[in-house]
Amino acid sequence: MTVTEVGKARLRKEDAHLITGRTRYTDNLTLPGTLHLALVRSPFAHAKITSIDTSEAKSSPGVVAVLTGADVADKQGSLPNVWPITAEQKAPAHPAIAVDTVAFAGEVVACIVARTAAAARDAVELVDVSYEELPVVLDLEEAVKDEVLAHPDLGTNISATWVYDSGTAGSGKPIAEALEGAEVLIERTYYQQRLIPAFMEPRSVLVDPTGEQLTVWSATQIPHILRLLLALTLGIPESKVRVIAPDVGGGFGGKLQVTPEEAITVLAARHTGKPCKYTETRSESLMAAHHGRAQVQKVKLAATKDGIVTGLDIHLLADMGAYLGLVASGVPILGAFMYNSIYKFPAYRFECTNLFTNKAWTDAYRGAGRPEATFAIERTMDELAVELNMDPLELRKKNWITHEEFPFATVAGLEYDSGNYEAATAKAEELFGYDELRAEQARRREANDPVQLGIGISTYTEMCGLAPSRVLGALRYVAGGWDHAQVRVLPTGNIEVVTGTSAHGQGHETAWSQLVADKLGVAFENIEVLHGDTHISQRGMDTYGSRSLVVGGMAVLAAADKVIAKAKVMAAHMMEASEEDIEFAEGKFSVKGTEQSTSFGDVAFATFAGHDLPEGFEPNLDSEATVDPDNFSFPHGTHFAAIEVDTETGEVSIRKYVCVDDVGVVVNPLIVEGQVHGGLAQGIAQALYEEAVHDETGTLVTGSFVDYLVPSAPDLPHFTTARTETPATTNQLGAKGVGEAGTIASTPAIVNGVLDAVRHLGVKDINMPCSPSRVWAALEEAKTAGGVQ
Amino acid sequence: MASSKITVEVDNVSYTDEVEPRLLLVQYLRERLGKTGTLIGCDTTNCGACTVHLDGVSVKSCTMFAVQADGHKVTTIEGMATDGKLHPLQQAFHQCHALQCGFCTPGMIMQSASLLSENPHPTEQEIRDGLEGNLCRCTGYQNIVAAVQAVADGTVSAGSNETETAGVA
Repeated sequence: MTVTEVGKARLRKEDAHLITGRTRYTDNLTLPGTLHLALVRSPFAHAKITSIDTSEAKSSPGVVAVLTGADVADKQGSLPNVWPITAEQKAPAHPAIAVDTVAFAGEVVACIVARTAAAARDAVELVDVSYEELPVVLDLEEAVKDEVLAHPDLGTNISATWVYDSGTAGSGKPIAEALEGAEVLIERTYYQQRLIPAFMEPRSVLVDPTGEQLTVWSATQIPHILRLLLALTLGIPESKVRVIAPDVGGGFGGKLQVTPEEAITVLAARHTGKPCKYTETRSESLMAAHHGRAQVQKVKLAATKDGIVTGLDIHLLADMGAYLGLVASGVPILGAFMYNSIYKFPAYRFECTNLFTNKAWTDAYRGAGRPEATFAIERTMDELAVELNMDPLELRKKNWITHEEFPFATVAGLEYDSGNYEAATAKAEELFGYDELRAEQARRREANDPVQLGIGISTYTEMCGLAPSRVLGALRYVAGGWDHAQVRVLPTGNIEVVTGTSAHGQGHETAWSQLVADKLGVAFENIEVLHGDTHISQRGMDTYGSRSLVVGGMAVLAAADKVIAKAKVMAAHMMEASEEDIEFAEGKFSVKGTEQSTSFGDVAFATFAGHDLPEGFEPNLDSEATVDPDNFSFPHGTHFAAIEVDTETGEVSIRKYVCVDDVGVVVNPLIVEGQVHGGLAQGIAQALYEEAVHDETGTLVTGSFVDYLVPSAPDLPHFTTARTETPATTNQLGAKGVGEAGTIASTPAIVNGVLDAVRHLGVKDINMPCSPSRVWAALEEAKTAGGVQ
Repeated sequence: MASSKITVEVDNVSYTDEVEPRLLLVQYLRERLGKTGTLIGCDTTNCGACTVHLDGVSVKSCTMFAVQADGHKVTTIEGMATDGKLHPLQQAFHQCHALQCGFCTPGMIMQSASLLSENPHPTEQEIRDGLEGNLCRCTGYQNIVAAVQAVADGTVSAGSNETETAGVA
């Protein structure tokens, strides 16, 4: 194979229709006779529904039907959780439309179906729901006490408790010894605030019940999973459901869900027999689409006086919200394997308690468990450095896995196949000007400059490419982690690639074309990538967890390999040569040691014609492959942030951000860089701007983009990005995932930088987001407490 | 509800329609004219996905009633390419990889055009400030800023090349 496409900064095939407005986002689609839905949502976080009067709404102009939970109680089933992390895991039933109680503000209590969206919304105001309010539990540290219950029927707020212990797992020593014998013990508590994925395209679903199959267009990341689970939830044969994810405007984990809104739209379409569409408003999206993070992390890190880490003990409380989302229970578990990060801890224990509260449900959000883990360990390594009066970078260097030590079996039970933390860090230090900035920092401290400089470091790795099916099985996830692809050879030799991944901004059409162009020697322009429709792409596990290239892309390569193997048989027949003598390169089959050759296109056409085939040869080069990965992939990198803190106002600004990421072999550097930029922005948003805030009744205060502060262009700096390339050894390309790396790495880099700027003024910690008011308050508190340490 | 008659020129075509006074301009564009290139991302005028030009100046079409556009000229993303050639900003967004999911892109391009017509040679900070009312969740803005800069610098012009390699990586 001659590599000419992989590694090239190809401009995206996807762009042409997106930059001209010829888009097919779900809300752009309408079928003849489409009815429109609007949803009545509970204003209370926890209440009994005592009565619903829909009579006035039903007679409102344009209204076709009104559905309540009672109307669909026997049809709506319970929305699925597919990750029972323990055999004893508890979960409340989750009806799409609440029947007798609501458990968070925003839960659906009735559905209006009308001829226009405006008529449907008008009628929402006319539904009269009587509630009897119940006490709410909102705070994790309260929820764990089980005094007020989010679901009284469940008898507890605890969904499950999950433990990993290196002593019992055999991957390390018992933690108790390490903690007891610690020369230095750092104990910290971190609050991972609730975040909202805030994809730009609000969720939308259109259901056509008029065909043989029920067709569902949805703004989803997971058309295949959605097909199966909508069918199972609603009791429809799987074969009778087709799901299409047309253009999808971002997901970030937020569209990795089987939603009440999707189920309700199916129910309404089946009830009326007409196409039905629901598109949420942004306010509804922020209130009711699943949230992310929301954990309390208690960390104990043991070390020697020389700064060698000897043990790590993690105790989490994780907020599931009011219901258990699709994979919500497993999100903290994905983090469980990453707290030890790049460091050689001899002992490790992780315990997580998943809790219900009367807030919106949580689930995967970019990074899903790993950003939380990376934040906790990287913040705590800085705390240890402070305790030991050691440079935080030196401390990391003392403890990380060196490049000669790979493959490395970690204390959390994973095998890291590859990495070179030294190389990435050295490159980042040089680009950042680490020593010069430290010198400037010292000068500014000396001069008592009102604007102080801090240097934030984050050296991270993460596990991505979900996932080896055997590992998912061991973790009690109900499905596998393989993916599927088909490579179809058209008579002209042009190619259709059918992928089981479901891009929603990632650029798979471009990247997969590059993969196949190299493999088959077919021009990039002559390859079409098809996805996101269960008619076309019958099998797949969709897009999340930085899996698409390292799992789905490998299936594409494996299918292309099968095409070559079939075509070789045909080429040998065409050239009257022995199959063993056929070589394939740059789109040409040639006979070893001769001038004889035939092109891929000629073989494709001769196969299509079928006039003269080898004995027993099927006239078809199309091939498919299902690939289950052997291992996760482990991208890593080093991020530095130079942070300025105005000590008079508390304002934080990012003066410089440098990151060096190692994502293995890169297919398209342009796309990779875009993923890094966007990832950084979301990680920085957690550090400085975003938080889903509720009042004491459980009402979301940050219910619009006025209050929920998604950063805009002036809120973010110019990023300096670079890469090192240590190929993964666990897939044929040597690639690692990149979708979540930036988000995982940047949050601790920023917060470490903020604290580094103000620590000498007596500030010990600041909870995220480090808003001006919080930073200012921390500085004031430190002053009152006596200033300098 | 009483309706009003409006005449609006949208992307160089004149339309006359009876509309409810409460109909938003963006709903008129999408639902009545089928101009679904203009998108709705929020309900509080924060995200800018619905940005169009009214008589050449950017407005958020979710914050105007259709009746307010009566007698005016509206340009949407669908009217930006002329004579089969992409607008330089469309070309630049493509070349600089200034979009991922594409949902903010129509509004972002319309706002960028307005920004450049007011300030043809903006600094990086002026571009960032000028785009403050348009949210993007995918790109971290860096390549969007680069795309606007490229048009301002004249390094990208109208065209429709679609498969070449990026000059920047």
